[in-house]
Amino acid sequence: MSVTAATVEPAPAGLTAGPAPGDARRPALLPLTVRGLRLEAGGKTLIHDIDFTLQAGPKTIILGPNGAGKSLLLRLCHGLIAQTGGQIDWAGRSPEAARRDQAMVFQRPVLLRRSAAGNIAFALSVKGIARRQRPALVKEALARAGLSALADRSARVLSGGEQQRLALARAAILEPQILLLDEPTSNLDPAATAAVEQLIAAIHAAGTKVIMTTHDLGQARRLADEVLFLHHGRLLEHTAAERFFRQPESSEASAFMQGKLLW
Amino acid sequence: MGDFTSAIAAAVRLIVSLDRDLAQIVALSLQVSLSAVLLATIIGLPLGGAIALVPFPGRGAAAALMNALMGLPPVVVGLVLYLLLSRSGPLGVLGLLFTPLAMIIAQCLLVIPIIAALTRQVVLDLHQEYDEQLRSLGTGIWRTILTLLWDGRFRLFTSVLAGFGRAIAEVGTVLIVGGNIDHYTRVMTTTIALETSKGNIPLALGLGIILIALSLGINIAAMAVRNVSHRRYG
Repeated sequence: MSVTAATVEPAPAGLTAGPAPGDARRPALLPLTVRGLRLEAGGKTLIHDIDFTLQAGPKTIILGPNGAGKSLLLRLCHGLIAQTGGQIDWAGRSPEAARRDQAMVFQRPVLLRRSAAGNIAFALSVKGIARRQRPALVKEALARAGLSALADRSARVLSGGEQQRLALARAAILEPQILLLDEPTSNLDPAATAAVEQLIAAIHAAGTKVIMTTHDLGQARRLADEVLFLHHGRLLEHTAAERFFRQPESSEASAFMQGKLLW
Repeated sequence: MGDFTSAIAAAVRLIVSLDRDLAQIVALSLQVSLSAVLLATIIGLPLGGAIALVPFPGRGAAAALMNALMGLPPVVVGLVLYLLLSRSGPLGVLGLLFTPLAMIIAQCLLVIPIIAALTRQVVLDLHQEYDEQLRSLGTGIWRTILTLLWDGRFRLFTSVLAGFGRAIAEVGTVLIVGGNIDHYTRVMTTTIALETSKGNIPLALGLGIILIALSLGINIAAMAVRNVSHRRYG
């Protein structure tokens, strides 16, 4: 594992032995190399010269208090917003070009005003899956998310947890190489959170690289294989999870883990 | 007062007995306005969607113009169209002046700005919510517009109803380009204007009652659509 940022520790060898990402037909998107990434808006610097490299395999958790720039970092990597400086390189591809082999799930699930099944069919259609292949895939996606009984229900009237599971199912059925998740459970109760985390773990186990933001320390402990700790738009640590939770290097991360309020 | 009540009674008799003249006028009104609104919808939805999302120079001006045209004075539209369609005008060879088709075009011109401007607003509102998700999925611009139009279908339907309301109730344009010719281009509003000045109050009143019933019906339908959409899609 080649990580070059100053604050970054090489991950233990075991971490990279995760499931193989993507399938052979598509050129791999990893490693993701981010160099000198900056984002400025309205005279403020929101992301300060961030450097890191992500490898295939481990679930990456971008951790930090609210306002740390986690969502922005995720959106930059997904090409939804443009950086004002630095490079983002998905194994030779720009974020916009890499996006077609990625999927993103947002904090507030964005579902179309159609049935649950219709939402998944829409994503398949956008990806150019032939019409006759869609029904089987829709069924499979709903079943995996435990939403088969709600297939014909209007997506917008589902509960928050069901909506987020639907958004995840819609993302996963596209078989992305990379799944980006922006605080997917921050609006959910514990039971719904558990269901969503289970789905995320299953998607990871199926070979998709998971990159997820959270401000929830417990969730980070449950899911992380490696942690990027962000504070005030700076990357303070990039460490294997086990090491990060045992002995964080930065005082901010220690304070965050002790439950102190950071802002 | 006695005159008024007896006129109303006569009007109701005309409606109930399905008076031929009255029925013909109502039928032509509906035919003209429904065609005009259908045409305006076909043009206005993509136009509004494009002004909302497709980047092109002068887009802001186009949006402002659309909004301004919502309040277009019908008489002026009628006048301009009259000049275009009159025999010496640039489109005179088509022989459209004083035909129902000319009235359809006229009402269509009045309704397009309403539908396009409201469509633009609906599409912009939805785009705020959907933009990142759709870009993440890789939806192209035209697919995005189509998707937003479909997701805004209930609100758009209400704007189409509003357009129909304007078309059916409008007098000035159809009077000028239609000519109010008996059994040919006479619609409810122009007949009301004419018959009132002739003193044939029952027919005018009968048509007035139908017009009011129609606009009431439109509003009830719009409310019902809002309720259904709210229940089904939150």
